[in-house]
Amino acid sequence: MSDKVFIKSADDLELVKDAFLKRLHNYKYRVLVCSGGGCVSANCHAVKNALLQAIKDNGIEDQVLVSETGCIGTCNLGPVMAVMPEEVFYTKLTPADIPAIVKSHLVDGNICQENTYYDIALQKRVSRLKDIEFFKNQVKIALRNCGSIDYSSIEEYIANDGYMAAAKALGEMTRQQVIEEVTNSGLRGRGGAGFPTGIKWKAGYEADGDEKYIVCNADEGDPGAFMDRSIIEGDPHSIIEGLMIGAYAIGAKKGFAYIRAEYPLAIERFNAALAQAREMGILGENIFSSGFNFDIEVRIGAGAFVCGEETALMASVEGGRGEPRQKPPFPFQKGLLGKPTIINNVETLANIPPIIFKGSQWYAGFGTEKSKGTKVFALAGDINNTGLVEVPIGMPLRDIVYGIGGGIPGGREYKAAQIGGPSGGCIPKEHLDTPVDYDSLTKLGAIMGSGGLIIMDEDKCMVDVAKYFMDFVQNESCGKCIPCRLGTKRMKQILEKITDGKGTPEDIDELEAIARDVTATALCGLGQTASNPILSTLRSFRNEYEEHVTDKKCATGKCKELVSYRVLAEICKKCGLCAKNCPATAITGSKEEPYEIDESKCIKCGICLEKCPFEAISTN
Amino acid sequence: MNIELDASKCCCAQEKDEQKYKRFDSVISGYKDKEGNLIQILHYAQGIFGCISPELQEYIAEKTGIPVSKVHGVVTFYAHFSTEPKGEHIIKVCMGTACFVLGAKDIVDALSDKLGIGVGETTKDGKYTLEVTRCIGACGLAPVMTIDDVVYQQVDKKKVEQILNNEEVKEHE
Repeated sequence: MSDKVFIKSADDLELVKDAFLKRLHNYKYRVLVCSGGGCVSANCHAVKNALLQAIKDNGIEDQVLVSETGCIGTCNLGPVMAVMPEEVFYTKLTPADIPAIVKSHLVDGNICQENTYYDIALQKRVSRLKDIEFFKNQVKIALRNCGSIDYSSIEEYIANDGYMAAAKALGEMTRQQVIEEVTNSGLRGRGGAGFPTGIKWKAGYEADGDEKYIVCNADEGDPGAFMDRSIIEGDPHSIIEGLMIGAYAIGAKKGFAYIRAEYPLAIERFNAALAQAREMGILGENIFSSGFNFDIEVRIGAGAFVCGEETALMASVEGGRGEPRQKPPFPFQKGLLGKPTIINNVETLANIPPIIFKGSQWYAGFGTEKSKGTKVFALAGDINNTGLVEVPIGMPLRDIVYGIGGGIPGGREYKAAQIGGPSGGCIPKEHLDTPVDYDSLTKLGAIMGSGGLIIMDEDKCMVDVAKYFMDFVQNESCGKCIPCRLGTKRMKQILEKITDGKGTPEDIDELEAIARDVTATALCGLGQTASNPILSTLRSFRNEYEEHVTDKKCATGKCKELVSYRVLAEICKKCGLCAKNCPATAITGSKEEPYEIDESKCIKCGICLEKCPFEAISTN
Repeated sequence: MNIELDASKCCCAQEKDEQKYKRFDSVISGYKDKEGNLIQILHYAQGIFGCISPELQEYIAEKTGIPVSKVHGVVTFYAHFSTEPKGEHIIKVCMGTACFVLGAKDIVDALSDKLGIGVGETTKDGKYTLEVTRCIGACGLAPVMTIDDVVYQQVDKKKVEQILNNEEVKEHE
């Protein structure tokens, strides 16, 4: 029924590896078609089908292997594909481009330059992955397989030393040695809080209990973050292996993966990976003939941001309302179903196999003294190269934005980077050279967070951004504790008042006071960090708040109520289109007299601005 | 027992109530001896019936032995579950940070204007429900909206009009 080998030892893994590499050797080319979230949205499947068809039409099926991979990283250029072994990177593909590329490149051996990667900053095409600025300065550890292997092939995972770390841990290392190795690597939790993983595991190991659990937190709820999703979709086996090593270390026989319902593709691919691992005996009983038993169950979330908080997550895994509870008892003391439980984030777990396989010294060679290793960021917003990047911790923000990110589009100025989502803060221009590590960011009132990195240009209103996050947190507050339930609501009301042009200077003070109180008194991490977007924008952009309340002005024009419209008499051709379309009859004028807007009647709908063919309407 | 996710696919239009309950019963019995699976059961309920009405909540409570107050509490806690039927097509505007920064609010306004409904509401003819959603992970294509499973990228006011017109054409084909 199946040709899968049953794995009993590390030697069996080597056999699978050799067999896979031998098979790969038979092909002249390998085409990696990105099937990450962005490329799927851009319909990469049509491109893949066109590719298979063109390969068939040219009769080169035995020379070219086409594989679907996880996210390659350049999400705004999808669909993309890479032709190996030459590493030629084709972007923004349509099915219509494919026959010519296949004929020219795969049959005749000539690269189709006009479809290769275009570097906006350098204003030229760069065809090979290794020469592209976006990829050059990245160090891929958690993303080591993402975008370079077929996510659906356990054989290819094994061929890239997959499950070798688990075999090493189970076969050669004691549980204490595993924990020691992880502790020495300096790995800190990548979900946001940055707690040292080794210390967490040690607590799990030392906890008393006949039954223990390990949980993968894949409830990636930060708006603007898609790192965990990309890892699960692109390299699901690395999470299984990470969980397995963790389970061995703490003494758990069962693991859970809590994945949010909004990621159906991640759920599907993870389940498929679990089935493969079970079929080969990598999950189940007596794994690698070590006597260790382990399996994983998937639990699907149902749309609640607070479930990323560990005590809320456990309540949700148990099938209840995802409400957090007081700590202690900590999950390692009393967790899931009352048993000791260790919860790790997806990216944290993805780092575990290479740490065990290559050793803690190797891993600790990346990063800074206090923040070791690498961090994955989802780079988005006003930036030329959006997508998924992994960099050594401590890289200056400027290098991420202007080096890897390729700068701000349209020659506009950088204003701020929002890092850490609704629990994070923003980093203004004067701190662009800050090294991106846990401690430096905390000093600036931001946090490393889970990895959402949104770049904003000069046209963005920071009060509006703070309002956006407060709206989010208020909506997601579970309502259990009063500071968060009422505090977020009140902060949102004040921000609305300010952006509606009704704010007073006292409002800013009140906002700040409430923000500090909520931070000090809320029950869980969501509430305790809910004020961060406000506190951090107040810290760096207080003048913008003041402008809103005293001058009743929003310099960027984002706050509609604070915009005033004016007809520029010298440009106005007196056509009357604006007056004709104004729903509030606020515009008067005639063929002889220039048109004018009565501010008291104006409802600031912006229709005049849209309708004027001569750009004679101006906003402040 | 591992129930395939396909079992939860909505076939409301083609299926009689009796068939739906039959399908749902087999789901519940599959979870009978497993602890803490209420949320998973509710996912199936929503998939099979389209929404989880108060009657259905009582039915689940009775079948599983979980108090109806708990079932109701869980259903109303999570954004993914709905107690009222939704439109034939669900339009979602992504409100992730990247989409927000690049103008998702304007898309919501334009859709709301065109369809004559607010966020969370369904058009009178039952055709569309308008929702905002948190990050769908297509930040590189921001701002995005989806109609059912189709993702529309780099949407602006004008594109909204185009997309809705195309939907109308599809309907009449």
